[in-house]
Amino acid sequence: MRIVGGGSKSFLGDVLQGDLLDTRGYAGVIDYDPAELVISVRAGTSLDEVTTLLAAHGQMLAFEPPAFPGATIGGMVASGLSGPRRVQAGAVRDHLLGIGLIDGQGQWLQFGGRVMKNVAGFDVSRLMAGAWGTLGLIAQVSVRTMPRPPLELTLRLELTEAAAIERFNRLAGQPLPLSATAWQAGLAHLRLSGTEASLRAAQAVTGGEVVGEVEAAGYWQALRDQRLPFFAGGTQALWRLAVPGTTASLPLQGEMLMEWHGGLRWLRSDMPAAALRAAVSAVGGHAQCWRNRAPGVASFEPLQGPMAALHRRLRRAFDPQGVFNPGRMGGEF
Amino acid sequence: MNPDSLRASREFAAVDRALLAQRLRRALPADAVLVDDESVRPYECDGLATYRRMPLAVVLPQDEAQVQAVLRICAELGVPVVARGAGTGLSGGAMPHAQGVLMSLARLNRIVSLDPLARLAVVQPGVRNLSISEAAKPHGLYYAPDPSSQIACTIGGNVAENAGGVHCLKYGLTLHNVMRVRALSIDGEVLEFGSHALDSPGLDLLALVIGSEGMLAVVTEVTVRLLPLPQTARCVLASFGSVVRAGEAVAGVISAGIIPAGMEMMDKAATAAVEEFVHAGYPLDAEAILLVESDGTPEAVEDEIAQIRQVLQAHGAHDIRVSRDEAERLRFWAGRKAAFPAAGRLAADYYCMDGTIPRKRLGEMLESIALMAQRYGLRCLNVFHAGDGNLHPLILFDASQPGEQGRAEEFGEAILRHSVELGGTVSGEHGVGVEKLGAMCAQFNEAELESFFRVKLAFDGQGLLNPGKAIPTLNRCAEYGMQHVRGDAVTHPGLPRF
Repeated sequence: MRIVGGGSKSFLGDVLQGDLLDTRGYAGVIDYDPAELVISVRAGTSLDEVTTLLAAHGQMLAFEPPAFPGATIGGMVASGLSGPRRVQAGAVRDHLLGIGLIDGQGQWLQFGGRVMKNVAGFDVSRLMAGAWGTLGLIAQVSVRTMPRPPLELTLRLELTEAAAIERFNRLAGQPLPLSATAWQAGLAHLRLSGTEASLRAAQAVTGGEVVGEVEAAGYWQALRDQRLPFFAGGTQALWRLAVPGTTASLPLQGEMLMEWHGGLRWLRSDMPAAALRAAVSAVGGHAQCWRNRAPGVASFEPLQGPMAALHRRLRRAFDPQGVFNPGRMGGEF
Repeated sequence: MNPDSLRASREFAAVDRALLAQRLRRALPADAVLVDDESVRPYECDGLATYRRMPLAVVLPQDEAQVQAVLRICAELGVPVVARGAGTGLSGGAMPHAQGVLMSLARLNRIVSLDPLARLAVVQPGVRNLSISEAAKPHGLYYAPDPSSQIACTIGGNVAENAGGVHCLKYGLTLHNVMRVRALSIDGEVLEFGSHALDSPGLDLLALVIGSEGMLAVVTEVTVRLLPLPQTARCVLASFGSVVRAGEAVAGVISAGIIPAGMEMMDKAATAAVEEFVHAGYPLDAEAILLVESDGTPEAVEDEIAQIRQVLQAHGAHDIRVSRDEAERLRFWAGRKAAFPAAGRLAADYYCMDGTIPRKRLGEMLESIALMAQRYGLRCLNVFHAGDGNLHPLILFDASQPGEQGRAEEFGEAILRHSVELGGTVSGEHGVGVEKLGAMCAQFNEAELESFFRVKLAFDGQGLLNPGKAIPTLNRCAEYGMQHVRGDAVTHPGLPRF
């Protein structure tokens, strides 16, 4: 069975087999109380509908998930993808409070809840973030909401790649309201989020040229949704490299865009997959082939040894017959 | 009963203690294996001293290779293993198994590395929580989760319990502040969960392992995230004429878009108890007090304190004080932090509960607890991590009086059950351990409990790691007679329940 919401991330991972299960019929907000900082929705609800509702109450999903056209809340959780604010606010899984799941035996299971602190039982709900629907069908989701910052200020600086990595990490080690960083082709962007007084104080530390409000908002949205020219077109493979943030310039060919204080690096490259993966793995990171994948190249970094065996057993624990999204995470997974 | 819970909760055959000791002594230094009653006694319980049991042996490995050797011996002989940090846990999670080995990780106590630029520290599991922040301080950094036992509790135990603290509303739990856990399976295989990058290949097993109460793997190394030390912090102390109003003020602060660094509530009984003990300067006429802390840059703190004051006033606070200096801020907190010892002065014994409920139901919950206190004939002090709805009612009793301990346990279980009915959970941060096994039956149904057991068996096929903890068997739930309830499915929600 292949589970599909808006299909906005179907370019990732392997081609799915099986009967289509379209989640979009199971949609709608179940409960939203802004004072509780939590929203519960059915998985087929569009991400856009949720973020619009939150914005009307001065709130947001702080992990800034990519809003690819058609994206649903179920897909947001299943893919586990977070946007530029991830360095400050955490990832999808950090904000996930509870989940209603249908397992491979057709049982309705509920894990977590609607409260911030919950250590009763294993944290199965967070395991679903980034599991690509391979453990079960995500039916309902409770996720933490956060107040929108009163003001944001974006600054632009000219920096080399090495200087940007150094600067981003130095700033992140200081008590500044730094909510996102990006660098590409010698130009760094920094975003500060907070009250007017705190932004003014932080700006004195960061320096840089102020980017106009509209342009800045457009830039971060386009980065989040991969609509910047860097991401467009071309025939070269687009790679997503998750590496330790302070990793020095990698010996890789191609054009690079950096986010998350250096922790996320996008690379457009014709390099052979094996050499690229080896170089990234040597610095303690991993590489995912995002777009324009050559035949025979795995999208997700393949798992090895005891970790692969453990994944196999866990997969069976939730879905003994292998009903859901077989092969979505590559190979047998 | 389904085979999964049967397999995971099987009885263990008696193992010859002398044989076990001989095998362990061959793998470990002489002083690292304890078997005589006198040496083993200090390990018979953790911070929840009402649950005690003597293990067959205690081992104190010094490094990962020794941990691995112990696990391999135990896997081969089919002997249960209970891992333990400092033993400060409050739910009996580190209570030994009578047929098992108690493995203290206290000697793995080295800070392996600290990288100020990357803001990461690699530490062994026996490193104390506070000593990470002390090591990071010269770099202007600290480790944010601060459970009240932080001077003693270890990071390994924090990972096992997903420990919180008074600042987790803003800075998160252990889960949000750990990047990587290196652990050994019961078969001694090395497993790396997470990494120094923000994403790792495969499933997010790091999230599953944190808070798994030592039932999936044994932690041998942890990488924690360090945060910049806030430049300044100030605390607001506000008095309210009723607990319900104080609860509404908590919701009001959040509704105003403020996420304070900490937001704690104490009721009149708790305030009186600590005031007598530490003289924090708390008002004694208030039905409830709130402590609200703001931290950050001086500019941000000033803005936020002004906003907080306004919201509290609008919600009927009749006395608002803002700490004028660091000494006063620490004095405000001294009272809150002395709540547990203060309870210890008022009664021979006390029992601390740990439910979490939606914030908006705090007032309702407090009124229910007051009625329960009358019904069970016991006193209760209420201290809450109000910002995240985490309750710590302290039930006072005297175990030497016939029947009092039983009544205290029933009282506690009634509170937890009511937490689930209000849409909450039986444990916010202390873990289930052995203490809340009964209450778990109220929160999860058979299918959910079975899937927990399947997860356990995927990691630990023989069911040897900390067996009998955290997840109740279906048999136990049936014997217990505890009905499964759910916040959204309570019949007659308007009726008071005890």
